[in-house]
Amino acid sequence: MFSTDILIPTVLNGLMTGAVYALVALGLTLIYGVLHIINFAHGALLTAAMFAALFAYQLWGFDPYVAAIFLTPLFFLLGYGLQRFIIGPAAHGEDRNILLVTLGLAVVIENALLYAFRADTRTINLPHAFDVIEVGTTFLAVPRVIAFTVVFAVALGLWVILQRTDTGRAIRAVAKEKLGAELSGIDVAHIYAVTFGLGTACLAIAACLLIPTYYVSPHVGDAFVLIAFTVVVLGGMGSVPGALIGGLFIGVVESLSGFYLGESLGQISVFVMFILLLLFRPAGLFGAGT
Amino acid sequence: MKGLAPIVGTMALVGTVPLITSSNVVLNFLVMVFLIALVGQGWNLLGGYGGQYSFGHAAFFGTGAYVTAVLQMHYGVNAWLSFGIGIVGGAVVGSAIGALSFRSGLKGSYFALVTLAFAEVLRIAASVAPITGAGVGTLIRLDLRPEAFQFQSRAPFYWIALGLVGASLILIRAIEHSRFGAYLVAVRENEDAAEALGVDPAAVKLGAMTISAAITAAAGCFYAQYFLFIDAGIAYGPWISIEALLAPLVGGIGTVFGPLLGALAVRTLGELGRLMAGDAPGLDLVIYGCVLILVVAVAPRGIVGVLSGLRGHALSHKAALPTPLERDNG
Repeated sequence: MFSTDILIPTVLNGLMTGAVYALVALGLTLIYGVLHIINFAHGALLTAAMFAALFAYQLWGFDPYVAAIFLTPLFFLLGYGLQRFIIGPAAHGEDRNILLVTLGLAVVIENALLYAFRADTRTINLPHAFDVIEVGTTFLAVPRVIAFTVVFAVALGLWVILQRTDTGRAIRAVAKEKLGAELSGIDVAHIYAVTFGLGTACLAIAACLLIPTYYVSPHVGDAFVLIAFTVVVLGGMGSVPGALIGGLFIGVVESLSGFYLGESLGQISVFVMFILLLLFRPAGLFGAGT
Repeated sequence: MKGLAPIVGTMALVGTVPLITSSNVVLNFLVMVFLIALVGQGWNLLGGYGGQYSFGHAAFFGTGAYVTAVLQMHYGVNAWLSFGIGIVGGAVVGSAIGALSFRSGLKGSYFALVTLAFAEVLRIAASVAPITGAGVGTLIRLDLRPEAFQFQSRAPFYWIALGLVGASLILIRAIEHSRFGAYLVAVRENEDAAEALGVDPAAVKLGAMTISAAITAAAGCFYAQYFLFIDAGIAYGPWISIEALLAPLVGGIGTVFGPLLGALAVRTLGELGRLMAGDAPGLDLVIYGCVLILVVAVAPRGIVGVLSGLRGHALSHKAALPTPLERDNG
């Protein structure tokens, strides 16, 4: 049971899956860190992005890795628009309202997809999706290795944006002290929308990384979003490195418990961990965030 | 008791519907409205009066439904007794989740998240556990006798559902006028201030959550008995958590009649959508989601708020008229 021949591939696969969780969680934690809201539409937006990647391939033959180049800015604009023209105005500045509006968006997006495409599970067949590389005694699927690498590149990119650009500084200023930022001439509504756009853009990349090896259905985002919530709480709400480490950690936990307990119980173990975390360590295991 | 007359009047009026029509379409529609009104009334006590937004009221609805069905089918318990035990079961689950969350000081988004997670855990558990019939679901055996809580016609079900709604309206009205209700609203408005005045916020919220869960569980028990079939997706699915918060929000959050008005409005919209676009999966929820966003954006106090706003507007219009004249005279 505990032989390393099985353990090592299980852990490695967990890390690969965990990287995508980390990317989904990165979007969520960024939005939380700045807007101080939990975006309940995150999962539905991921589903929408996965459908977009699916159709980019099926209708126009774009490889998902190519599609990412135009889907990412497209989803940035979508996120920007949603926050600027729907969530922001509808919420009247009340946190409770934001909860409800993002929940409403989630319901609309998810069910519009269900209405349009039915509950069918769809996959795409890419010629290169089944390539493997050999690492020691372990075979790793190439798309997952690519995903792993890209996630770290995206995280680095985000870090550079946040640390080195004027917009990044404005985002950090708004996250720290909204009123002060507003008084120094920062357009808070614009920064909120940019942050929401960045978070949504992360989802487009995640979708393009997932689609070669994963299926799409109108509810596929649900599976990811609760894991992403867990990751975000684990890593500390609003913490970018926390989201990365948390994502990898959850990926490994899920992979191991799925292997030892079976799939349904493996799924429950993540939820149970989530509930325990919320109840006992809502500030996160790594102490980041408040 | 104050404010009892409008409740009794409404109940008596609505109670005559089965005497006028025996159309199953009409009665089915209204029974579903009552069911959602009941689910929503449970949510309304905790969310509307207490300010704690739960995204997982399916946990209580589903527990009520499963307890009712499983006790009858696996343990041969009488249907009426199972119904009562189902309500208690929902209340127990509610107070357990409440005790854990409120003791840990979870509020706002965190509370919404944890309730959602509990409902999902129960859904997954119910979809694999053998006792709930796992993926297949649980059927209640057809046994059309009043002793078995099953009837030849729709009318008795209609009156029972209406009776449950009436009881919940009276209960909420009583809570509204009670000391406990005042504490609950105080906690919603400002928890720290309430605590400084000697209110124990955790205990008050826990009480509200227990009663809230019991009301919503009653709707679940009724659902199981009415349709004689439940599975994990129906009982613990997100749809019921959404309808639970949609009805009071649309009708008027934190008002006695809000959930009933909201359930009627939301269900009517759902039916209209179905009439116009055919019975396609997802369509009703697309409409509900849009309604949710619109209500939050445009009419945060719901139908009740719009109605009282209109009345208040008319009154203030009359009252405002003399003022400029007085100023002119002065």
